Amino acid sequence: METFYEWFRVLYDETGINLPFIYDSYDRGRMFDGFLLTIKLSLVCLFFSIIIGMIGAWLQGSPLKWTRRIVNGYIQLFRNTPPLVQLYFFYFAIGSLLPKVATDYGGEAPLLGNFAWAAISLSFFAGAFNVEIFRSGVEAVPDSTVEAAEALGFSRLQIYKDITLPLAFRVVLPALNNNLVNLVKTTTLAYAIAVPEMLYEANQIWSDNVNVTEMMLFMLLAYFVLVGVLVWAMNSWERAMKIPGYGS
Amino acid sequence: MIKSVMKSVAVVAAVCAFALTSQTAQADVLDDIKAAGVLKVGVKADYKPYGFLDPSGAIIGIEPDLAKDVADKLGVTVEYIPVVSSNRMQFLEQGKIDLMIATMTDKPDRRKVVSIVDPNYYSSGTNILSPKKFGFKEWEDLRDKPVCGIQGAFYNKRTSQNFGAKIVAFKGTAEAYAALQQGNCVAFVYDDSAIVAKTKDEAFADYEMPLPTIDDAPWGLAVRLGEDGFHALMSDMIKDWHKSGRILELETKWGVANTPFAKAMHDKFK
Repeated sequence: METFYEWFRVLYDETGINLPFIYDSYDRGRMFDGFLLTIKLSLVCLFFSIIIGMIGAWLQGSPLKWTRRIVNGYIQLFRNTPPLVQLYFFYFAIGSLLPKVATDYGGEAPLLGNFAWAAISLSFFAGAFNVEIFRSGVEAVPDSTVEAAEALGFSRLQIYKDITLPLAFRVVLPALNNNLVNLVKTTTLAYAIAVPEMLYEANQIWSDNVNVTEMMLFMLLAYFVLVGVLVWAMNSWERAMKIPGYGS
Repeated sequence: MIKSVMKSVAVVAAVCAFALTSQTAQADVLDDIKAAGVLKVGVKADYKPYGFLDPSGAIIGIEPDLAKDVADKLGVTVEYIPVVSSNRMQFLEQGKIDLMIATMTDKPDRRKVVSIVDPNYYSSGTNILSPKKFGFKEWEDLRDKPVCGIQGAFYNKRTSQNFGAKIVAFKGTAEAYAALQQGNCVAFVYDDSAIVAKTKDEAFADYEMPLPTIDDAPWGLAVRLGEDGFHALMSDMIKDWHKSGRILELETKWGVANTPFAKAMHDKFK
């Protein structure tokens, strides 16, 4: 393995193509940490945004006027503002209002760190879109199906959980795919509040080594592969959930 | 795996080759500047007192004053373009600016990308701004603690690699200072020259610059690679500044104690 790494150092000396995240052990370490953090942030945000989407779509169908209004207000607020502005708002504005907790080195730090804020902000951002996506699926379920369930004595929650949502899920998967792909790409914004994800680490490396072109190309390929894996997984899931005769 | 790496390497090589060939065919930048009547200089806008904004939003400070000297010498007007550490060399390469006087530390690998002019015009080292209550004494005290920094600063890597600090790097100084005040980090690692100015700020009365300054390194102003005429002119300009005591004078004007480097250079060229 060491000769493989060294080959890239030789490559730099010979051709000027500088890929320090392969031959320099420190840069390799931080690039790898950044890669893991991007995956971690993506998974956390994917999970919570889908949960928010499912719950939000259910609340949107609530008989209570104010519940519907609050959900719609949330959607408007998070869908109509740029995610970068939301990140800054959460981290610098809301973050400073939170109570402080003592740290183990004798200082006081805000309750939530930058990773937590990035996860919260991006989950809410993507969640707002997911609510609307799930609503489109819920509305695609025929009224007669819901009426049949009501006739069998199902409660509203039971109908949503056991009848509407499973059917809606199959309808919304293509649109959901789209939004989740966007979400993974949006995690790069977290570098504005110094979350050490992949783009942040790449920026550190190109600042130290002045190899912007190489790092940009690497970033492009890395995200291409990362999002490719997500798309592949979602497509397999879509196929696995297919019901013969339902949908196209 | 190897195959895909080879492929991406080939792509990188192609792009680099393209970038190199497109750089060579340029006229002398001095003619262009005189023809346009404007000298575009990249300066910092968040680095008091070397380059910062006055209440009206204009960029002022030691480096803008130096840039003005150059424009006066060329007989053109000066235009200040605000740059940050992570884009200043790219701006120069792309021709968005003709001259960069932006608190940049002179490094061998940077000399490969832009044409840094000798002699160096200034110098500074690395230190931290930290609340007095922490009472840091050694760089080692920062181990495993979050330390704010600026994206693109060369000492970030050193601070985390040698002293084990966890660097939290932001885009600009405003964000870093805000994060420091909010307690997101225990210190802000930055140039000592800027920290000295900041400790005089009332909002930072409880902060200090406690550590021994490390990495005292010269700053380099730069022109694009291959601009030999402009390079020679700037070299004479810098010698003039040192000889006439212009740097010392500007330090005094902007409230910085005269630095040992500026004094030594003045004596050398006097």
